[in-house]
Amino acid sequence: MARIKVIEEKCTGCGACVDACPFGAIRVEEMAVIDEEKCTLCGACVEACPLGALELEEVVRTGMDTSKYRGVWVFAEQRHGKVSGVAYELLNVGRRLADDLGEKLTAVVFGPIGEDAVRELIYRGADRVLWADDERLAQFHDDTYAGVLAEMAQAERPEIILCGATSIGRSFFPKAAAKLGTGLTADCTGLEIDKERRLLVQTRPAFGGNIMATILTPDHRPQMATVRHKVMKEAPRQEGREGEVVKWSPRPENLASRTTLVEFVEEVEETVNLADADIIVSGGRGLGGPENFALIRELAMLLGGAVGASRAAVDAGWIPYSHQVGQTGRTVSPKLYIACGISGAIQHLVGMQSSDVIVAINKDPEAPIFKVATFGIVGDLFEVVPALIERLKRRKG
Amino acid sequence: MDIVVCIKQVPETTEVKIDPQTKTLVREGIPGIVNPFDMYAIEEGLRLKERYGGKVKVLTMGPPQAEDALREALAMGADEAVLLSDKALAGSDTLATSYALSMAVRKLGYDLVICGKQAVDGDTAQVGPEMAEHLGVPFVAWVRKVEEVSDGKIKVQRLMDDGYEVLEMPLPALITVVKEINEPRLPSLRGKMRARKAQIPVWTVEDIGADPSRVGLEGSPTQVVRVFTPERRAGGEILQGEPEEVADKLVEKLEAMGVI
Repeated sequence: MARIKVIEEKCTGCGACVDACPFGAIRVEEMAVIDEEKCTLCGACVEACPLGALELEEVVRTGMDTSKYRGVWVFAEQRHGKVSGVAYELLNVGRRLADDLGEKLTAVVFGPIGEDAVRELIYRGADRVLWADDERLAQFHDDTYAGVLAEMAQAERPEIILCGATSIGRSFFPKAAAKLGTGLTADCTGLEIDKERRLLVQTRPAFGGNIMATILTPDHRPQMATVRHKVMKEAPRQEGREGEVVKWSPRPENLASRTTLVEFVEEVEETVNLADADIIVSGGRGLGGPENFALIRELAMLLGGAVGASRAAVDAGWIPYSHQVGQTGRTVSPKLYIACGISGAIQHLVGMQSSDVIVAINKDPEAPIFKVATFGIVGDLFEVVPALIERLKRRKG
Repeated sequence: MDIVVCIKQVPETTEVKIDPQTKTLVREGIPGIVNPFDMYAIEEGLRLKERYGGKVKVLTMGPPQAEDALREALAMGADEAVLLSDKALAGSDTLATSYALSMAVRKLGYDLVICGKQAVDGDTAQVGPEMAEHLGVPFVAWVRKVEEVSDGKIKVQRLMDDGYEVLEMPLPALITVVKEINEPRLPSLRGKMRARKAQIPVWTVEDIGADPSRVGLEGSPTQVVRVFTPERRAGGEILQGEPEEVADKLVEKLEAMGVI
């Protein structure tokens, strides 16, 4: 059974491991003592020990012959026939990883999306497009998407597959990983190649962004990861770039879904949806009532952004849950996040603190939101927001 | 209808603090709570039982103290609870966890498995979908409403980024639920009394007939190699003045940064 082992001859009880342990599982009684109830075997102490006195005891893993797996794949998600922006972000990061490995980059795409959209994937950096051009893959179903992806991966053996951490990706990708019996790292914000070991180094937030974890899939292939939307930049477009298009005919059993779609109900936002937004304007308790979301909507509309909300505003019934940003809502990382009348409870902050620029407008100068804000405005939002709207209208002319 | 609700005990993350000296999470004295999303899963299980009859069985995998989470579910009205606890499970990643849970779910017997959409400590949202694969049953993630269960089928609404989809699938099946689905009830006094007295069986890897090589660190393809505290965002600049002035300043700054 795996555990952290203290090598008695080397440990001096310096306590470096105690400081490094994120779980408070180590104390020093002359030497380091591990509380196995609390220890999660994360290995932070092993890395922190200056004397090499801690070891993660060897575990025999039943791995695969990793040398047979080559190349980098990205899953190019489409919705209603249109390739999602996250696909171009994945092509950008995938291109870099493929170049570091000296391998080809393949975009995998499902459904009848048309030759132009497929060519676009090549313009955005794919060397090859693996295209399952089948009407039965037009609509997303977990059974078919996981089945066809696993079928392709078993046949072609890529060493890495990336997918967007979207509602679709985070649903079917784990199922595909379980089919392939390999590891999957969720919602990555950083991806690098360890060139020496030919491994994908995956970094992701956990505990609502309070800690970051670096994760490897050393002995299993493919190495799979979902990637947080809007963290990576979209791949530049090189018109005329050449690549290969390979049509894939899935096995019939993988085209049968046990879930059937009865209907799709679009919830039309005034502007754009939260997941795709570059700019989000959010309102909280400080708005005082549902009618005042009109101000937030107007500001969002002027900026071409989406409308977000704090849990307090959603729980009060002022705005639907689909707008909620934070731990029990959506995690967003737009270029600009404007928080109006939101105090900044930790559960809200973890859902938006990776935004590029944060603007906070709040009456209370002590509000925690100001601790993460790039620009803070201490004032009455009912004066500041209208002034901002006026200013932006003038700018538009 | 037999319903198994899978829950997880998590530290109450809203109270997580970073020790300014060691830059690590302070976990001492932080109470364990039922993962907030799992509260909706328990509640939905109870509501479906009230509508269609059957039993609600709650399952968790974790250290012995995870029993507290099960007692909370019993207090809300769950019929049975089982704790899957074994040192051999330590270090399990989502693939190993979902495998172990699926073996326990099989042993419990089920028509429907309900999970919260994700746990707020790991935030992976992977255990539910991976369990569905291990169990070989259809599943729908991000369920915001169970419309009905009839003729061996379940009809649900799935929250997507651009709206929602109404989907139907045959039972047995698995769903993961979002917050919007319901408002969890508070435990009754009688429920609390019952929960306190309940005997909760503890199952080991052997009890569920799991392959020991597929659980724990050994059965986990992913390996956490480093855990660190991210750079904290430094508080920025406070803009001062009359509303018109600050609006001007802000727009200028945002333009200069190229974000608008």
